[in-house]
Amino acid sequence: MSGGHTTMRCGEFRTSYRADTTIFPTPMSRRVALGAVVLAASFPLWLNAYYLNLLIQIGYYGIAALGLNILVGFTGQISLGHAAFFGFGAFCSAWLNNRFGLPVVLAVPLAGLLTTAVGMFVGIPAGRLKGLYLAIATLASQFILEDFFARAEWFTGGSAGALAQPFTLFGFAFNNDQRFFYVVLVAVIVMYLAGANLLRSRDGRAYVAVRDHYLSAEIMGINLTKYRILAFGSASFYAGVGGALYGHYLGFVSAEGFTILLSIQFLGMIIIGGLGSVMGSLLGTAFMVLLPEVMEASAQGLGGVIPGLKDSVAYLKQMAIGLAIILFLIFEPQGLAHRWKLTKAYWKLYPFSY
Amino acid sequence: MNLDFLLQLVVNGLIVGTLYGVVAMCFVLIYKSTQIVNFAQGEFLLIGAWVCWWFMTEYRLPLWAGLPLTFAFMAIFGVLLQIVVLRPMIGQPIISVIMVTIGLSMVFQALMGWIFGVFAKPFPPVFEHAAVNVLGLQVQSAYLMSLLISVVIMAGFYWFFKHSRIGLAMRATAYDQQAAQSLGVSVKQVFAMAWAISAVVSALAGVVVGMVNGVSSALSFFGIKVFPAVILGGLDSIVGAIVGGLVIGVLENVAEYFDSQWLHIGNLYTVAPFYALVIILMIKPYGLFGTRNIERI
Repeated sequence: MSGGHTTMRCGEFRTSYRADTTIFPTPMSRRVALGAVVLAASFPLWLNAYYLNLLIQIGYYGIAALGLNILVGFTGQISLGHAAFFGFGAFCSAWLNNRFGLPVVLAVPLAGLLTTAVGMFVGIPAGRLKGLYLAIATLASQFILEDFFARAEWFTGGSAGALAQPFTLFGFAFNNDQRFFYVVLVAVIVMYLAGANLLRSRDGRAYVAVRDHYLSAEIMGINLTKYRILAFGSASFYAGVGGALYGHYLGFVSAEGFTILLSIQFLGMIIIGGLGSVMGSLLGTAFMVLLPEVMEASAQGLGGVIPGLKDSVAYLKQMAIGLAIILFLIFEPQGLAHRWKLTKAYWKLYPFSY
Repeated sequence: MNLDFLLQLVVNGLIVGTLYGVVAMCFVLIYKSTQIVNFAQGEFLLIGAWVCWWFMTEYRLPLWAGLPLTFAFMAIFGVLLQIVVLRPMIGQPIISVIMVTIGLSMVFQALMGWIFGVFAKPFPPVFEHAAVNVLGLQVQSAYLMSLLISVVIMAGFYWFFKHSRIGLAMRATAYDQQAAQSLGVSVKQVFAMAWAISAVVSALAGVVVGMVNGVSSALSFFGIKVFPAVILGGLDSIVGAIVGGLVIGVLENVAEYFDSQWLHIGNLYTVAPFYALVIILMIKPYGLFGTRNIERI
């Protein structure tokens, strides 16, 4: 019973900047994160293909959503063209693999880098534009890239689409849900850790400074144009990698998949998850992927009771996504991450949580 | 050379351009007075056209009765939308405001598809002749009417903002909300009014387009086509919106002409306005007539 170590902790007390910027602030959070990874790694052993498919979707969309969150939530820029970059990554990886025989393992990150280049090029106007004008400029790039996908047959296969080979490593093909799940899991862990690390680096802090007050940031010596374009680059890299995984998972990439609707869904993911939260990106993605599935399932269940429900479920899904975005913005603008934080805070000090 | 064809396309472009101009004006009206970018502008056209179509087919009302009913509906709809959804967004960051209107556009698009189906449905014929001959050019009657209506609307807007009391209040609010409020302008009323006017006028445009092409979900694409027009003119300039609309209308038709004659790229009609948009933003980030935003620290 000597010293302060044995007394009960009633909160977190950080005594150094280092401690303040760690990714996992407490030993408990480290254990929970590790446990979550182990649990996730066991999923393919006992979950069926349907659930694995959903989890894989959450994985690759989640990677792209984190990229968008870096751009929107951390740097304060707006992009309505994220789906186009996602699509570019998918086509690019398939193209690198089919055309140059590059192994898929290399094609995926390389596709990410090429998407970064495209994203930075598209982001050039972002150096001068803000807010609304930027939103509309990225909207234009969405349509221009979509048009490019439909037209560039050498790159995308035109309207026929492009075939993508399965992910292989040392001759082992990750060609079904059970196997591919591990690819996505590793990718998610690597990309999310990288994202969290990026945000506590010098560049990450510069992003946040640009978001919070760009004039002050500029006065402090942050090169606005550089960081705005760099933010577009980071976002596109994540989108490209996510898209590449999407392509190699489905085995087929078609231009119809990357419309403005997907861009809106990406924005919905980060708004529902929480702007400016790394973990929120994944939570929001899970919400956005599961919402239509839940609606589908309930429509199947209620199909006998309410006539005509099954036929209209496609509309209901779209309405549900739109409504979810609106309701979150009105009632919980900080998203699921905020809810999660409140819940954690409640249990951390339980039962003295007042 | 196919000059007649080109001329026909330019005339078509001008007529469609006035419609773009009208819709762009509605967009600017909302943006100027409430600082909200309405991504659901195209859905206003869609809803207006469907409601009018419903009055005219279900109850067999003539156009002169169906249109005012549609306007009444849209005015109430616009005000309700502003009160229920947009009012909580005052003071929120711009991304939230944009996303709310995008969410609205998704909901309305799905709702209209659910109620009325995905297939284009023709309006009951209003005119005796579908097209008339003007100086050797074939022009759709509905387009002629739309040209007339558009010009009337533009003149109406001009009078409204220049000479009417409410218009003056709206201009004052757009210029400085606090100052306007301190002089007794009800900002809430102005906001509601802006949404109502915008919804009504957009619905009118929707009805006109519906008469020519049939009513379908394609109408909501108008809301996206309007962006190049608005950006060209500058987001907060009503005159700019009209000019931008005309330019974009002509541009897409001329692009289509060059494409079909020489380039053979395809799909330029849809994409050319967006290329124009990017180029304009590179050269003049605040459009041709927009006010440059000067920020004080």
